[in-house]
Amino acid sequence: MDAILLQILNGLDKGSAYALIALGLTLIFGTLGVVNFAHGALFMIGAFCAVTLSKILNASYEVIDETKTDFLGNPLKVKLTYIESWFGPETGAAIIDWAVPLAILFSIPIMIAIGFIMERGLIKHFYKRPHADQILVTFGLAIVLQEVIKAIYGANPIPTGAPEVFRGSFDFGVLLGYEANAIIYPYWRMVYFAFSALIIGGVFAFLQFTTFGMVVRAGMADRETVELLGINIDRRFTIMFGVAAAVAGLAGVMYAPINSPNYHMGMDFLVLSFVVVVVGGMGSLPGAVLAGFLLGILESFASMNEVKNIFPGIDQIIIYLVAIIIILTRPRGLMGRKGVMED
Amino acid sequence: MGILEVKNVNKRFGGLQALGDVNLSVQDQTVHAIIGPNGAGKSTLLNVLVGKLVPDTGSVMFDGQSVLGRKPFEINQMGISRVFQTPEIFGDLSVIENMMIPIFARRDGAFRLHAIEHTENEKEIIEQAEHMLESLNMADARHDHSAAMSRGNKRRLEIGMCLAQNPRLLLLDEPTAGMARADTNATIDLLKQIKEERDITIAIIEHDMHVVFSLAERITVLAQGTPLVEDTPDNIKGHPKVREAYLGESA
Amino acid sequence: MLGLNKKDTTLLIIVAIMALFAPFILNPFPEGSSMAQMFNAGYPDLMQRFVIFGILVIGFNILFGLTGYLSFGHAAFLGIGSYSAVWMFKLIGMNVIPAILLSMVVSGVFALLIGYVSLRRSGIYFSILTLAFAQMCYNLAYSVLGNPASSYNLTNGETGLQLSLNDPRILGGAVSSEGSLPVTNFFGIAMRDSVQLEIGSWLFTFNAGYYLCAFIMLISFYVSIRIFRSPFGLMLRAVKSNQQRMNYTGLNTKPYTLAAFVISGIYAGLAGGLLSSMDPLAGAERMHWTASGEIVIMAILGGVGTLIGPIVGAGFNEYFKNILSKINDSVLHQWLSFMPDGLEDAIVGVLHFFVGKGWHLSLGVLFMVVIIFLPGGLVEGGQRISRLFRRKKTDDDADKASHSTPAE
Repeated sequence: MDAILLQILNGLDKGSAYALIALGLTLIFGTLGVVNFAHGALFMIGAFCAVTLSKILNASYEVIDETKTDFLGNPLKVKLTYIESWFGPETGAAIIDWAVPLAILFSIPIMIAIGFIMERGLIKHFYKRPHADQILVTFGLAIVLQEVIKAIYGANPIPTGAPEVFRGSFDFGVLLGYEANAIIYPYWRMVYFAFSALIIGGVFAFLQFTTFGMVVRAGMADRETVELLGINIDRRFTIMFGVAAAVAGLAGVMYAPINSPNYHMGMDFLVLSFVVVVVGGMGSLPGAVLAGFLLGILESFASMNEVKNIFPGIDQIIIYLVAIIIILTRPRGLMGRKGVMED
Repeated sequence: MGILEVKNVNKRFGGLQALGDVNLSVQDQTVHAIIGPNGAGKSTLLNVLVGKLVPDTGSVMFDGQSVLGRKPFEINQMGISRVFQTPEIFGDLSVIENMMIPIFARRDGAFRLHAIEHTENEKEIIEQAEHMLESLNMADARHDHSAAMSRGNKRRLEIGMCLAQNPRLLLLDEPTAGMARADTNATIDLLKQIKEERDITIAIIEHDMHVVFSLAERITVLAQGTPLVEDTPDNIKGHPKVREAYLGESA
Repeated sequence: MLGLNKKDTTLLIIVAIMALFAPFILNPFPEGSSMAQMFNAGYPDLMQRFVIFGILVIGFNILFGLTGYLSFGHAAFLGIGSYSAVWMFKLIGMNVIPAILLSMVVSGVFALLIGYVSLRRSGIYFSILTLAFAQMCYNLAYSVLGNPASSYNLTNGETGLQLSLNDPRILGGAVSSEGSLPVTNFFGIAMRDSVQLEIGSWLFTFNAGYYLCAFIMLISFYVSIRIFRSPFGLMLRAVKSNQQRMNYTGLNTKPYTLAAFVISGIYAGLAGGLLSSMDPLAGAERMHWTASGEIVIMAILGGVGTLIGPIVGAGFNEYFKNILSKINDSVLHQWLSFMPDGLEDAIVGVLHFFVGKGWHLSLGVLFMVVIIFLPGGLVEGGQRISRLFRRKKTDDDADKASHSTPAE
């Protein structure tokens, strides 16, 4: 029982990332009908927003510390960050420590801007071209974005820590009456899960309860009728592209402490996110979220030794296997509408 | 016994009874029109005939064989060709290539891996295709890109492609929808010519009464998924039930 | 000739001549000069890659170019072919022919299975299905099937599958006469054997492996021309154009697309087998989905659906990669030394990101430019340029005749 609980928890953080990326992919597919192969790159850029902010906050200059000397007896030069010198040592250190959460604010405008530029500058011109061309041009864009990041930040992963208070793990085992250390779970992953739930809830609330969201949903269901009512649906869809980009970016920002950001993390997540979208049902937002968590948890179960001993290698292929079975038996996915890309 | 026998066909979409107890008999070598107001179930019936939809109950026999449960390409191989509402041709191919494909399909069946012969050496096929184009007055356009043709010419080509298969039954789904008067008349003339020259049965679904009364020998009126009357054009013209179905007049 | 019309025969002959004289054509600069270091490409391993990737993309084009089905997992067949060939070298012997044949058979079988399932869907679902299958193959090759400790170690994981002195090689020659690993050969001709020819300060290398690959590429190219020009090819183009009409013309599209998929899988397997024949080492990275993406890139760069496009695309991609990765900042400074210092540094600073290790970026940009502005690839670009010249000429003629011709 404790092992099962542990696997569910382990599946949650990956599942959250899958769900967030898949949610954005579905928003873009549902509104604009475009399959965005560059969506993983947006996730990756989000993670590098966290890296960038942390680098900016750590920018420093050298001062001479009169109170200390080096081994030659000269006054010691120490590095002092600008933040610390502006806000004082304690507040400054706290700000630096909280770089990743602060990057949320930093990344939102950047991601929305990138989303706008992508849609207006590039993808707009591909609505009337075949799906294959859309896949290809966004694939090309993904390569370019990934290589730009690589050129700037290098090929190695850049560790980016969570705030001090969230380092360490929580012992669920004790809480639930199992022995100590049976179910330990890092705090930051709990934060990540809660954060994802918040974003997902926010997106759904936005679509459900605002007029803007209602128009977008109506446009997703029947674009022509909405246009006949004299509503500029294109502009709203562009804004949704920005929102989708921001969701992917935020997923990336908060993922930085879980896995040190590297330039190809987007591609790694993208392939799996596609699978998630397909399993959830092309164009279905709740389907994308549900499938994201389900597959994340399934993957974590498949990597249990008990399972691997019976089916060696199952952890490596389980997600793909599920996707193939779903596409073949129920092409509209778990929650997809009938008729959406079903042939 | 007609060449096409539809018996007690029912088809439901959720709460909507699209077809209710449809019985229809199309006699060999006649032109049979199926008319009816919008939503009468004409398109559903057509999709049942070509294997795109499977009815809930009932039977559809073509020349003594059931077509139910067969795929569209199998039904086509039995001798039923279909012309679509918007012309469906191979837009990326040239006109002559469009015409060669049904002739290949007639000769080689549903699949043949003839990857070694050179298409240019298939003299017999090319000859037949050119002959067919000549009879359609399209021989000059043979190397044209077919997507660039006018709608009327696309329709002409599509009908020609269906005929090239020598079908026993030709199904036409509103073949003149959205066409200019001149193109409509040209299509009527073409169909008349086909009827005279070939031993073929034509079933036509049509909105345009001008087309219907110029061609049909028998007419079935469909309303709300059920056949209302079946008779000759002359008798249909003044039939009170038909007026009611179309105009909503109470008799 | 050979059942081709005049135009196709000319094309085949041009490709054959280019392949035959590639060691000359690709080495235009004298040995040792700085231009040679940069632009010469007449080295055996690079020339082998030109033709092997040519084969791969020719095969991919039979599927994507003719039927329009975009496979995003084609590298799986390349990898499967590579592993099969290395196993043949380990178990049977070092002759490349049985190895290549086995690669083709094994990839063909895999293509049949994967294609049968994937082709039940079309459009983007097909792309994602092929992607999923390829990633499954990659993950398995990398983990379970590649764990040296496990009993089914088929791929040797991260290290890659390679020859060892303990291999059985039942046809003999497990160990070469010097006691080291034996080399791959074609009935006794070692693949790495080369003849060098010195003319003045030029040096040309004629490599046995390259000529074997080039010969097989020519056969592959010939077969692809035959497929393009056959009724089967016509049917595949019809599938791309209108599946609905296909079905209502009594044609079963499934076996047509499956046949195209299997043929293109066999081509990929052949390419994989040749890669291993030139260098008997196979790694899982060949199956990664970015490798599949690169196949797509090469096909698009050249021109999808054209005969010569795949060869142009593969050649261009490899050549471009080779040159760009050799350029570094000092080379750039040398080239731009005529500029004022500040400007020179600025330009070098920008170009820095596009050369050397940054060649991926250049390729990505180029790929996007081609998709956006030139959907027909470099072949279409060439056609447009030649049409431009021709139109200019006809315009001149028209002026002379002093009457205007309607625009095309």
